[in-house]
Amino acid sequence: MEFPDDLRYTQEHEWLRLEGNEALVGITDFAQDALGDVVFVELPSIGATFASGQAFGVVESNKTVSDLFAPVAGRVTAVNHGLRDEPELVNNDPYGAGWMIRLAVTDREQVSRLLDAEAYRTFVAQQRT
Amino acid sequence: MVDFAGWEMPLSYRGPAEEHQAVRRHCGLFDVSHMGEIEVSGPNAAAACQELTVNDVARLKIGDAQYTLLCNEAGGVLDDLVVYRLGAERYLLIVNAANTAADVGWINARIGGRAAVVDRSAELALLALQGPESEVALRTLTALDLPRLRPFTACESRVAGEPAVVSRTGYTGEDGFEIVVDAESAGAVWDALLEAASRREGLPAGLAARDTLRLEAGLPLCGSDMDATTTPLEAGLAWVVKLGKGEFVGRTALAAQAASGLTRRLVGLELREPGIPRHGYGVWRDGTEVGRVTSGTKSPTLGTFIGLAYVATMSAASGTPLTVDIRGRRVPAVVVDRPFYRRRR
Repeated sequence: MEFPDDLRYTQEHEWLRLEGNEALVGITDFAQDALGDVVFVELPSIGATFASGQAFGVVESNKTVSDLFAPVAGRVTAVNHGLRDEPELVNNDPYGAGWMIRLAVTDREQVSRLLDAEAYRTFVAQQRT
Repeated sequence: MVDFAGWEMPLSYRGPAEEHQAVRRHCGLFDVSHMGEIEVSGPNAAAACQELTVNDVARLKIGDAQYTLLCNEAGGVLDDLVVYRLGAERYLLIVNAANTAADVGWINARIGGRAAVVDRSAELALLALQGPESEVALRTLTALDLPRLRPFTACESRVAGEPAVVSRTGYTGEDGFEIVVDAESAGAVWDALLEAASRREGLPAGLAARDTLRLEAGLPLCGSDMDATTTPLEAGLAWVVKLGKGEFVGRTALAAQAASGLTRRLVGLELREPGIPRHGYGVWRDGTEVGRVTSGTKSPTLGTFIGLAYVATMSAASGTPLTVDIRGRRVPAVVVDRPFYRRRR
């Protein structure tokens, strides 16, 4: 299971990739594996704003349905429309084509408080025991 | 692995979608040993089964199997099951795992003393080989004349050298077999069946694929689509209920319901937008709640989002436009005929 070093992570199994003042957000390899085949992703409208930890959408597999939480506060500048027809991208490429939203980050300081790859690996290992 | 009625069950081996397709195209092997096996025997066994179940046990010749239900006095569904007539005075009831203990209690309370009732669930295993290539795969492991084993018949024989009851039954909407063996030989029989299945591009399949397969086939799941608060008539199982066969538990209530008409029916729903209708979600028509979802999934074969729901009779006709309340989102849906998927013959 892969957890790229250039990403930040949450205990709710989202990842965040900072690009300037914006950030891409998706769910981790661990999350997609636990969900099983993703069949539907409900995403917010562009322009919507979310507080850190607020639910911004829903990811659904046959097995279960889970809320998606904003890793940091921000305003949505783009959503991955490709997931509407190909929700399985979340399983096949969770850190690439399976991204979910792009956020204009309100406070970059919040990003530095997220888990780094090493801390997230440790957290996942604890989840499994 | 997941806990299922106290049994540790595989949800999936290779991935539910892959296993589902293997069963539709080739074959899949399920370990469903969690299901209960209750033997009813003795001179009054036939009369006892006739009194307990809604279908007509008197129609069973030795070797026949029959889908039927246990109902309470109010006509509510306690369990659904398959009854096998294994001998002149010997019947085997294959029941749902979660209900086995309650079923044994109920059966004993109703017919205790008149027939021998033995719970053989711990000593028997049940394997299901399902899919269009099941027969070709199984043929290599048994001397049984499989082409002559008709749907809903069973035969005592051997599979992979072990004594077995082989029946042409299943819960997937495909041709297939269910094989009862002693628990001690189950491992060896599983290995042999899996090897034979693998040669036909078959896969081991888990509970997740079993659920999507049965749902596409429109088969209700006891505990989800039926329970003590719903009747077989409402569930669309009137063909199972033989009101004319004589007295049985629930007959009075079911006959009254049949005479007065149904207020709700279990229907198939197909959603027009993505989303899974899940158990308990409300079903609406023009601002009024007209029913509740009981099961739903994304159909791996059709690619559409499907579900079963009890809806008011007035909204149960095929083609009726409805909406499903998916966590506050009103998703358009339409009533469709069951099954969602029918195999080519």
